[in-house]
Amino acid sequence: MAEETLRRKREAEITINTAWCKGCVICVELCPEQVLVMERGKAKVAHLDKCTVCGLCELRCPDFAIVVVDKNKSPKTGE
Amino acid sequence: MFNYESYLRLDKFPLIWCSGCGDGIVLKSMIRAIDKLGLSKDDVCMVSGIGCSSRLTGYVDFNTLHTTHGRALTFATGIKMAKPRLHVIVVTGDGDATAIGGNHYIHAARRNIDITVILFNNFIYGMTGGQVSPCTPKGKRASTAPYGNFENAFNISGLAQAAGASFVARATVYNAVQLEKLIQRAIERKGFSLVEVLSPCPTAYGRRNREGTPVDMILQQKETTVSVAAAEKMSAEELEGKIITGVLTDVERPECREEYQKLIDSFRKEG
Amino acid sequence: MAEEKKIKVLTGNEACAEGALAAGMRFYAGYPITPSSEVAEVLAEELPRLGGVFIQMEDEIASMGAIIGASLAGTKAMTATSGPGFSLMQENIGFAAMAEVPCVVVNVMRGGPSTGLPTLPAQADVMQARWGTHGDHAIIVLAPFSVAETFDLTVRAFNLSEQYRTPVILLLDEIIGHVNERVTIVDPGSLEIFNRIVPSDPPDQYKPYRHTESGVPPMIAYGEGYRFHVTGLAHDETGFPTNSAAEIGRMLERHHRKVEQARDHIVQVDPFMMEDAEIGIVAYGSTARSARHAVRLARETGKRVGLLRLKTLWPFADEEIRSYIGQVKSWIVPEMNLGQMAHEVEWALAGSAPVTRLNKVNGDPISPPEIYQIIPG
Repeated sequence: MAEETLRRKREAEITINTAWCKGCVICVELCPEQVLVMERGKAKVAHLDKCTVCGLCELRCPDFAIVVVDKNKSPKTGE
Repeated sequence: MFNYESYLRLDKFPLIWCSGCGDGIVLKSMIRAIDKLGLSKDDVCMVSGIGCSSRLTGYVDFNTLHTTHGRALTFATGIKMAKPRLHVIVVTGDGDATAIGGNHYIHAARRNIDITVILFNNFIYGMTGGQVSPCTPKGKRASTAPYGNFENAFNISGLAQAAGASFVARATVYNAVQLEKLIQRAIERKGFSLVEVLSPCPTAYGRRNREGTPVDMILQQKETTVSVAAAEKMSAEELEGKIITGVLTDVERPECREEYQKLIDSFRKEG
Repeated sequence: MAEEKKIKVLTGNEACAEGALAAGMRFYAGYPITPSSEVAEVLAEELPRLGGVFIQMEDEIASMGAIIGASLAGTKAMTATSGPGFSLMQENIGFAAMAEVPCVVVNVMRGGPSTGLPTLPAQADVMQARWGTHGDHAIIVLAPFSVAETFDLTVRAFNLSEQYRTPVILLLDEIIGHVNERVTIVDPGSLEIFNRIVPSDPPDQYKPYRHTESGVPPMIAYGEGYRFHVTGLAHDETGFPTNSAAEIGRMLERHHRKVEQARDHIVQVDPFMMEDAEIGIVAYGSTARSARHAVRLARETGKRVGLLRLKTLWPFADEEIRSYIGQVKSWIVPEMNLGQMAHEVEWALAGSAPVTRLNKVNGDPISPPEIYQIIPG
């Protein structure tokens, strides 16, 4: 599985599953802080330092291809 | 932010849906709602018909049933009547539920049977290549309406309201947080519950009608919709062309299976 | 306590309802249609008393969908209808065949095509019962000739359906559905009842469409801790859609095999005075009653005639018919259609003996003299 994980010193961790990303650009264009860009038809994290961990990209990604984690919090999970 | 994995059949991914299709956003909202309610996966039965959205049942780790075109509610009715402890959720589309399955749709609502319907309204037949649906707005183009649709469109939520559903709400994928909350309330409400979700189809509908990119289509939802509260303060002229979102009906009404149980219990007392 | 045996005077439709309850059927969905409605009426009264479910659906398409849903939820389920309604059910009968969902569909045959003859008998849905839904599929079809046998074959329809995970169609005709006869109702506890085989695998190893030796995969209900997928799409052992030609072929072949290799168990015929017969009549349903009478009349005049009555219509009793090659010199096939089963008899005999057809499609039953008259010799 092609995964690209970028970390920054603060809380955000954004994982993009490029195998599932279909390049719809929703995450890139609807990110309020322009954290993401497109590269070779897939979403890519370009400015992690700007990420406020609002989670809108994850919420609106139709393909379960973005996971945003606030490293200071444990992720919500089911079951 | 949310770990969906325990609810998914990961080996079936990636999703079949086109790039920019709204259906995946609805799926995620459904999972979050089910998770918030704390339902056991063993007690959820998800039933779908035929069409793009109906492929959803293959991706989720519940008791799942992918039925025939338009008939999901009939199978779901059998399941709910036979095993009422199951939470029965039907996934369907505008063509599936209101054209070929229109009769089942109004009758399930009339019975007020405890089934939650998540109806993905993309205004078109996506899977078969963009044919006109009963929900395609007048004037819009489809592969079988190349000069524009000359028919009137159904008001899906209005149909369920008129037929006697306990809970009716309309939502967008733009506002996925509201969508999740409405799905949660729909599952909680006993009786027939509908959440009509406007889910953009960039491939079969958007392209043909020059609605722009998936992002344009999602943002357009923000422009064309008004909340129930805002709509109450608007005139008929102001509401022209607007779609009202939020809870349209939420009432407690006798539920079909419970009413039948009363009958069964009456004989038990007798016996 | 009720006595062990009860004598009741019932119609075929009532006996069908009683038989279904005796077999453990606890879910009925249907839509009113003549001449089958009494099945629904009896069950609307009886099922809630037994803790079962009766629901009148919005049409026959919905009725068929509902019984499949109920069966997947673990309840023995049935619907009953007649010609036009049977046509509407075909789509979801195909689903039940593809997804291997046990269920029983009763079709009280009336004259067709279309609305046809709502209150008059016919036997013209024999081929529709076999091939009514699109695509190759396995199916079992039974046809009783009396009220008592309607009770028995309804029980058997459920047993076969559960044993082979397939829809079973019970073909009555208007005469059998409406005639009143004495029936001995046996203690339900004395009936042989087959319930679907449940898996012994734990949930994580369960394959809902496992290729077993019998061809029948064990089946668990929804909501029992096994989360699996059911679809009408071509699927593999796991139940998920597949495009693999090998998997698809293997599955469809298994669907046929599970019924074909059990045909000796499924196929039942009732030979009447066939031991020394040189003339054989093949008949089923109410026409077989007239044929029996005609055989008796002809025997009085010394003609060596017998009746090979079909209780199972599909799979077809080809081997049973062929077993008379050499003994039976000619055959007669009376039926209230234009020769649907006669064609099968001719095919089974492959020209080894002549077959005379006696067909009637005007709503009148075929009478004993009509059959008697064409018995040669």
